[in-house]
Amino acid sequence: MVSWSLPWEAVPVLLPLTGAVLTFLWPRQAAAVGLAVAAGIGISLAALVPEMTVGEGWRHPVGGWTAPLGIELHLDALALIMLIMTALVGLGVSLHARVWFHGRQAARFWPLWLSLWAALDALFLAADLFNLYVTMELIGLSAVAMVALAGGRGALEGALRYLLVSLAGSLFYLLGVALLFHGFGTLDLALLAQRADFTPPVMIALGVMAGGLLLKTALFPLHFWLPDAHASAPAPVSAVLSALVVKASFYVLLRLWLALVPAGVAPGPGLLLGGLGVAAVFWGGFQALRQSRLKPMVAYSTVAQVGYLFLAFPIATAAGWRAAILLLLAHALAKAAMFLAAGNLLRHAGHDRIAGLDRIPQRLPLTITAFALAGVSLMGLPPSGGFVGKWMLMEAAMAAGQWWWALVPLLGGLLTAAYVFRVIGHAFTPAPPGPVARSIDSRLEWAALSLAVLAVLSGMLAFWPLGWLEGWP
Amino acid sequence: MTPENGLLPAIVLSSLLPGLVIFFLPEARVAVRTTLNLVGAVLKLLLVGVLMQEVLAGRVFENRWPLLPGIDLVLHADALSVLFVTLSAVLWLVTTVYAIGYLEGSPGRSRFFGFFSLCVTATVGIALAGNLLTFLLFYEVLTLATYPLIVHRGTEQARRAGRVYLFYTLGGGALLLLGTVGLYRLTGTLEFMPEGFVGQHAEAGKGVLSAVFVLLVTGLGVKAALVPLHGWLPQAMVAPAPVSALLHAVAVVKAGAFGIVRVVHDVFGVAFSLSLGVTGPLALLAAVTIVYGSLRALYQDDLKRRLAFSTVSQVAYITLGVALAGPVATVGGLVHLVHQGVMKITLFFCAGNLAETLGIHRVSEMHGVGRRMPWTMAAFTVAALGMIGAAPLAGFVSKWHLGLGGLETGQAWVLWVLSASSLLNMLYFLPILYVAWFRPPPPVWPQERRFGRRETALALLFPPLFTALLTLLFGLLAGAPFSPLNWARLIAEREYVP
Repeated sequence: MVSWSLPWEAVPVLLPLTGAVLTFLWPRQAAAVGLAVAAGIGISLAALVPEMTVGEGWRHPVGGWTAPLGIELHLDALALIMLIMTALVGLGVSLHARVWFHGRQAARFWPLWLSLWAALDALFLAADLFNLYVTMELIGLSAVAMVALAGGRGALEGALRYLLVSLAGSLFYLLGVALLFHGFGTLDLALLAQRADFTPPVMIALGVMAGGLLLKTALFPLHFWLPDAHASAPAPVSAVLSALVVKASFYVLLRLWLALVPAGVAPGPGLLLGGLGVAAVFWGGFQALRQSRLKPMVAYSTVAQVGYLFLAFPIATAAGWRAAILLLLAHALAKAAMFLAAGNLLRHAGHDRIAGLDRIPQRLPLTITAFALAGVSLMGLPPSGGFVGKWMLMEAAMAAGQWWWALVPLLGGLLTAAYVFRVIGHAFTPAPPGPVARSIDSRLEWAALSLAVLAVLSGMLAFWPLGWLEGWP
Repeated sequence: MTPENGLLPAIVLSSLLPGLVIFFLPEARVAVRTTLNLVGAVLKLLLVGVLMQEVLAGRVFENRWPLLPGIDLVLHADALSVLFVTLSAVLWLVTTVYAIGYLEGSPGRSRFFGFFSLCVTATVGIALAGNLLTFLLFYEVLTLATYPLIVHRGTEQARRAGRVYLFYTLGGGALLLLGTVGLYRLTGTLEFMPEGFVGQHAEAGKGVLSAVFVLLVTGLGVKAALVPLHGWLPQAMVAPAPVSALLHAVAVVKAGAFGIVRVVHDVFGVAFSLSLGVTGPLALLAAVTIVYGSLRALYQDDLKRRLAFSTVSQVAYITLGVALAGPVATVGGLVHLVHQGVMKITLFFCAGNLAETLGIHRVSEMHGVGRRMPWTMAAFTVAALGMIGAAPLAGFVSKWHLGLGGLETGQAWVLWVLSASSLLNMLYFLPILYVAWFRPPPPVWPQERRFGRRETALALLFPPLFTALLTLLFGLLAGAPFSPLNWARLIAEREYVP
């Protein structure tokens, strides 16, 4: 059912892919190409939004071949929201990275970042299990290379460990894909949903796949690799990893679950995921509170925030999924802003020891404001996107008669407040600022701040994505 | 249908926009900043004046913005909103003038006035909130906007006070959120309406609804400083004087008390609250707070700490008036929302003047200060006598109605509480007045600044004199149209005589 001429939904994949090639060939124009790509994606999404109708969405057969023979792109409300999220974070990060990276680092960063962007968009549009696998691998490889960007022994070790985790996760996933293909002869998610009943072999396949995806998503207790990898990368890379990359594997898990796990059949797996989510919220929050350095603190905060997303699985209602998607969106914006702000503080101070931050925030009022606003969203205080997501999650839990899940975001929010305000408190010290250590470009500050403002305002605009999600899934 | 127009958003924006601009002003742009502050404050006052006329004439204002599925962000003006929004607008203007004088030459003023404006914006939003979600939104914004004001000085003591403040208020906010979500699940609406909306959903069960009531009131009680949730308030007095003044008179504690009024009147409804049996315990809690706060105030030598404990006690009058659940008592509680505001802000202004001009922070240093600063101490005296409840000052009007209301609803024990409180008020205020006026001044003051022939800077002197005058007028002219008493009567009539 193709009802228009121009396949706008292919643009978010093709444009960054082209950009990656161009920036690789002409590294001097890399930043300009990167920003042009970001702008182009924005335009294509703006063209897609009015087409968006409630419900199933539409499929675009690439090259005219339909499934199961050909490859299809599937664009529905969820995919569109993920594309928009990636575009917003991507634009903010690109604006930051343009100033952050110089010389050879910049020449390496842009092709990697644009291929990562293309892979992310392709993953969100993928309609079959194998495409999901390929895009996931592309994401993993680009992300690993980006972690290694900083150079030096530490970054290399971090990158290598990240590579192993990423590959292990993909392998588990691929094993499950093979099992399903063997059983049902198709990789198309929609066709699988029709053919596969929730029988023990399917459960085993799903369990194996879920294991790999949870490792990639860093759900407690499989989060062990995340704090190192996310904290050791350069700030724009950390932002991308925490805001977008962990969301990709979560997205795959969500798609699988919605397609293959019938509602109300098996409370066990949902409860398990929900329980791990609770443990993640508290363990991650507690560890964040204990960190003496800023970037590991922000990384542990990601471990905690990922936990919220999994509370939707035991609730397993449309309202619960919608809440998880809003939380995911809010976290992406807020965490990207927070990592960029943390990077600014680090570059300005030359270190990121929280106890030694006194008087540095005073020199970077925009950055500390960005950090605080991002924190507001992570805490789930109004009017931020985090608040709307938290409210909907609590409401969904109560509506499903499982009110105890509602206490988790409440207590998690207080824990978040504790570690966020530990940093913000340093903005209020009596002594006048000392001599400038080194100054930073104000464009770095504005990039962080604009994402943070977006994170707070996204609550006021939440009716938009919520409107598309009406009647979904 | 209710007409949409820009009046309510304009009232909110008249402090929000200047605040946002002020954040970006360089420190040295004093003139621009002062102009922005004053223009915003005066504009808000004018707009509120218009609103007052219109609401009295029976017009309804409402603005909506979709926020969540089924719940809008609603600005709505009824008589109760107007009472609180007028109080905020008047006292904001006064406090702005005072703060400009008080902070002259000190660092971080752009940041200070930025958050100061946000704080008032949040308070006005609380006053104009048309449903519980909107209320909650501005309530949390208020928490966040106040924190930088409390820690403004940046000393270790101030930062500790800030942490304590956040610990209490964010915890309270979480309870309020839980209660609000629960209530929405049970009733499917959060819109404030006369006589409440919970009563129509009584089938949800008294136990659950009482639990929701307890969650909401506990969350609000943190800011209203009901014992034992008051711990943050005495610590927060380390903030600069204009912040304390605003905190104790308008913004934070009043937001809590106002919220309790909203919950009892427009969420649960008085009649349904009575049938749930939750008002009795609330009245008792308020009574305990009244006596406990006064007792603690008695033992404080630090002037601002004494005033802070006095606030704990006095704000509970509002809760008491509402919880007694009779029309006359409600009038007493509501009118005290305004009266306590003007009296307590006067006292804090005066305390600030003593600290700024003479370096006096303790009651034991106040000997003979009436001779050195007669105008300041005259204002202080009027406000203190008003707090005690001496006729014909504002506090008398409140206590009179509360007492009558107690008798009307057959709860004569209230008279004992009021008498005990008045006695304690005398015990902690009269000694101050005595030493200030009748003891000889010391040869040198702790840290004196000279302001020519005047006792202190004019910007510091006018605000307390003005609010002291209001204390007198609100008592003397309680029967005049537009007096707080008549507004409180209007609100009570609309609640009790439908």
